[in-house]
Formats: sequence, C-alpha cells, structure tokens
Amino acid sequence: MTNAPQDDVIMAGTTEDVAIEALKDKEPSKPPRSQWKDVWDQLRKHKGAMFGGCFLIFITLAVLIGPFLYTVDPQKLDIRNKDFRPIYTAIWDGDAKTGWNKPLGSDQLGRDNLAQMIAGGRASMAVGWAAMILSLVIGTAIGVAAGYFKKLDGPLMRLTDLFLSLPILPLLLVAVTLFRQPLRASFGPEGGMFILIVTIIAITSWMPTARIVRGDILAIKEREFVLAARSIGTTPGKIIGRHLLPNVLSPIMVSAALGLATAIITESALSFLGVGFPSDFPTWGKMLADAVVRMEEFPERVLLPGIAISLTVLSVNYLGDGLRDALDPRIRGR
Amino acid sequence: MLTYATRRLILSIPTLLFISFVIFMLLQLAPGDPMAQVPLTVPPEVKEKMRQALGVGEPALVQYWKWLVQVAWIEPQVFIDYLFGTNLSEGKLRVISWQTRSPVMDIVIQRIPQTLWVVGIAYIVAILIALPIGIYSAYRQYSVFDQAGTFVTMIGFSVPPFFTGPLLIVIFSVQLGWLPSIYDTTLVVNDWDSFKAQMMQMVMPVMVLALQITAQLSRYMRASMLDNLNQDYVRTARAKGLSEMVVVIVHVLRNSMIPVVTVIALGIPSIFGGAIITENVFKVNGIGQLLITALFANDLPMVMTLTFIFAVLIVLFNLIADILYGVLDPRIRYD
Repeated sequence: MTNAPQDDVIMAGTTEDVAIEALKDKEPSKPPRSQWKDVWDQLRKHKGAMFGGCFLIFITLAVLIGPFLYTVDPQKLDIRNKDFRPIYTAIWDGDAKTGWNKPLGSDQLGRDNLAQMIAGGRASMAVGWAAMILSLVIGTAIGVAAGYFKKLDGPLMRLTDLFLSLPILPLLLVAVTLFRQPLRASFGPEGGMFILIVTIIAITSWMPTARIVRGDILAIKEREFVLAARSIGTTPGKIIGRHLLPNVLSPIMVSAALGLATAIITESALSFLGVGFPSDFPTWGKMLADAVVRMEEFPERVLLPGIAISLTVLSVNYLGDGLRDALDPRIRGR
Repeated sequence: MLTYATRRLILSIPTLLFISFVIFMLLQLAPGDPMAQVPLTVPPEVKEKMRQALGVGEPALVQYWKWLVQVAWIEPQVFIDYLFGTNLSEGKLRVISWQTRSPVMDIVIQRIPQTLWVVGIAYIVAILIALPIGIYSAYRQYSVFDQAGTFVTMIGFSVPPFFTGPLLIVIFSVQLGWLPSIYDTTLVVNDWDSFKAQMMQMVMPVMVLALQITAQLSRYMRASMLDNLNQDYVRTARAKGLSEMVVVIVHVLRNSMIPVVTVIALGIPSIFGGAIITENVFKVNGIGQLLITALFANDLPMVMTLTFIFAVLIVLFNLIADILYGVLDPRIRYD
C-alpha cells in the first residue's frame, strides 16, 4: 500500500543535540510502524469484524471451491427423489424422508438443495461484488471530480441530489421490467440479467460514496502537501492519483463494505419479488421466494437461504463497522 | 430562513419536472402494449382508436405534457371539488389507469389508509423503541446493554424483511397459531372484537418493519449521543451539580436530537411509499403492493403517477429536514 507523503515523519532532534540526559528516552525508539499495520492491529481487536471477515472468507471460498468438491448439478431435475428433508431431520424424526445423497434435502422438483445453495451463493456474491465495485468506481469518480474541479462541483452535486431524490426501489423494479427483454436477447438469459441487475444496483447506489469522497477531497486539497505537489508542476491527474486517492481510501473502504451488504440484499429482494434471474437459475433470494408457499411442511427451505443471506450481510456489516473504527485515527489506539 | 425556504421550494419545481420527465421517458421505452389483452377479433383500426382514446398514439412529448397537466392542474381541481363541493373539474380528463379504467388518484386514495396504518404505526413504534435504546447504550457505552443493543440493531440492519416476514409467519401463525398470516383489508373496525382482530393482524407486519427502522434510528441516536456526551458543556452541567438525569435528558438529549429529528423526517416519505416487500409478504393491500401489481400489469399511468408522488414526497421531506435543521440548531444559518 502506498503511503501519502505527509505520512513520512521528519525525525527532528537526532542523538547529537540531546543536551540533557534526563530528557533522553529510556528505551530505544521503536521501529517506525506503517499506517496499515496500525489499522490491522486495531481491526484485530474488533471481535465482530474478525468474525465477519472470517465468515466472509469462508462463504466466498465455499461458493468458489464448493462446486468442485460437491459436483452435483444444481439444475438437474430428479423427480423420483423429490422433497427430501435435510439429513439432520433424522435425529428427531426417524420416519422423515432423508438420505446421505441429499445432505440438505431436495426441493419439489428433486433439485439438490446443497448444490442450489452453493450455486445461489455464487450468483448472489458475484452480483454483490460486481455491483459494489461498479458503484464505488462511479461514486469515487464523481466525488473526486466534484471535489477537485471547481467548475464541475455544482453540476455534479446537483446530479447527486437528483439521484438521491429518486424513489429507488420503484425505479429499480421499473428498470428491471423494462430492460429485461432486450438485454436477455443480446447477452443470454443469465448474462443479460447479471449485467442488468449489477448496472441498476450500481447506478442507484453510488450517491453516498460520491458525497463522502467529495467532502474529503475538498478538505484534503487545501492541505500543504497538495500545494507543494502543485507548485512543483504535478499535473491534476497525478495529484489525484498519488496524493488525493490514497487519503480518501478509508471512507471508500467503509462504503465498500456497506455497499456490498446493500447489493446482496437488493439482489435477493429483486429475486424475491420475481424480477431477478430466470426461474431455473438458483439464487438465495429465489430459493427463499420459491419455498415460502411450502414453508409449513418444509421450513428448512426458507431457513437455509434466509440464514445464508442474513449471516453474509451481518458479517459484511460487522466488517464495515470494524473497518470504520480501525480507519478512524481519532478512535484508533483507544 | 423564510427566503431560504422559498428559494428551496421554487428550486424544487424544476427538480421535480426533471425527475418526472426522466421517469416518463424511461417508461416510454417499455415494451408492453396496453392493447395486448384485447381479443384478436377486434379489427386493427378499432384497436388504433382505442389506443388513441388511452392517449398512446401521440408523440411522447405531447403525452408528457398532457400527463403533467392532468397531475398538476386537474387533480388538484378534483380535490378542491371533493372538499368544497364545487365543480371545477367537470368533464375534464383525469389520469386513467389502464388496468381498471378508473382514475389513478381514486385508487391511490383507497389504498393509502392500509399503508398508513401498517407502515405509519411501525414507524411510531420504531421511534419509541429506538430512542431509549440509543440513549441508554450511549450513556453506558461498552456495557452489556450496549453490546446487546448493538448486536440487535446489527441484526435488524442485516436480516432482510423477506426473511423475517416468513420466519415470523412460520413461528407465530403456523407453529403457535396466535396471529393471522394474511392481513385482512376488508375488516371494518366498529367494536372491541374487530379492533382486537385488527391489532392481531397488524402485529407481524409492524414488527418486521419496526425492526428495520429501529436498527437505523437507534444507531443514529447512539452515535449522536456519543458525540455530545464528551462535550465541554456536559462537564459544565455536571460541575454545576445538576443530577445525571437532568444532564442527560435536558442537556445532552436536546442537542443530540437535532440530527436524529432530521433523519426521522427524511424517513417519512417511505411511510407513504409503503413497504413493497413487507406488504407483499403479508398481503397488505397498500401502496407498495399497488405499485408492484401495476408494474407487472404494464399499467404505465399508474406507475408513473405513483413514482412521481414518491418523488414529490422525497423532495418535500428533504426540504423539511433541511429547514428543521436550521430551526433546531441555532449554529446553522441559511443566509
């Protein structure tokens, strides 16, 4: 990680000009610590963040490696083995229809629940990450442009206000229903929906990032090191890339965590309302929506994807909370 | 302050015009055709006439202008007629839903009470729960209560309503059989029993919504209290010998409420917007449900008018929040 120039501490008063012995430090001065090591130390103290980070890594690995370890096709219909209960149901109900070949049971069409959970998680996480990154890129670009270039500030911030006053969920639904057909035609049913959902979530969620980044850029660009950089003839692009962006990295990281959480929830909500991915493509939200009508007999089909969504979002939120504490120099070290 | 409010109010008109124009143009791209349900035996020239009657045949800009006149000029007249019994709007064309062929605003007025009941009460309940939790967790920061409160708000933040809804239904309707799982909109409250039934059916949707709103509000409340508790004036108040109760409730709370009140004001449009997902789960016949059925039925005038109403409310309450901020906080001056 690059350090911004103002982090370089000037070591004033070296050994020679220490006049009074009593004023000397008893212990040797500690080796310099980097900012990111401090952040990591603080983050490690935050139990919620550590739990969140571990769970996020676990779930990411599970959905990435899972399909290679558990090679059942999630979309394969196995109508003879439909409506299996999860294997753990056998503990309290010996007559339940369970089987080791379907560890988490199967749905009303005989599709394997574990395979569906893995595939659904893959889709949800992919949408979440892609939408979060896209929204961060848009938000940061607009925030930096508005903060750095005075001429762009007015128009871009009015645009942000305009987007903030749009009713988001209705518009999201409108946009998904409108653009579904053309995108499906050109990129295939799954690819088209993926592009559509990611773009729409990103377009409707970049505004907070843009506002925070603009505020920070406005404050930082008045600092001396930026003036120094400008006075030696650094171009605006270099100033932004080398001096401003590293300094606004912490608010960006915090809004990244929050953005990931909202993106996952929004995707699941769209799937739940039936405007998400096509019906044979499993996502957590879609599994939940499909299972709601049968939740009296098969509560686990609601619980499993529901708990998966909730735990993922919970861990991401905790990670974001911890990051915010760790990246805030006023709180750090307390 | 008054000049600021007037300036913002005037500035919000072009904003709203622009928003409505963007939404209208977006809807123009919609692939559906309002005549798709008409039987094939109807000859094409009749279909064309029907299309004209719905106002679809004209260019988009003309359609937008007509819609704007209907919403901004004729509908207020209808409202005045309704209030005072005049007949200003006699014979004028209102915004007509393609689904029901009846005026959109009439349907909205029918649906508003259900949404207000459920979402509005959830909002009030959430405020009543969130404020004490936020205040006490900030006052006893890092105590067991604070940890538990933070955990619960985190859960409320993270667990989506389409999961808590079915979960509550499974627990309270299916397993325990205490509460009805479907909200009965036709229930007329006229005696004690029907009032009790109304309360019973409202418990679950209100709980689902209140959990979410509580999570957001109590986080704000806690953060805002924490900001104020370390200020110098708090030390002064304690040094004067005021009791802790007075220090916290009178001095700190009053100052911490400033941002929280604006956050509460910013959330009010969502009361009218209805909770699309929660209404869907509990089959509440409200505005959110109206919007989503209109969307699936390709009822563009309805969708357009509803989103426009939401946009008006959002812009309006943004303005109110800004003005409230200036009124409550004497340090902020809009000049």
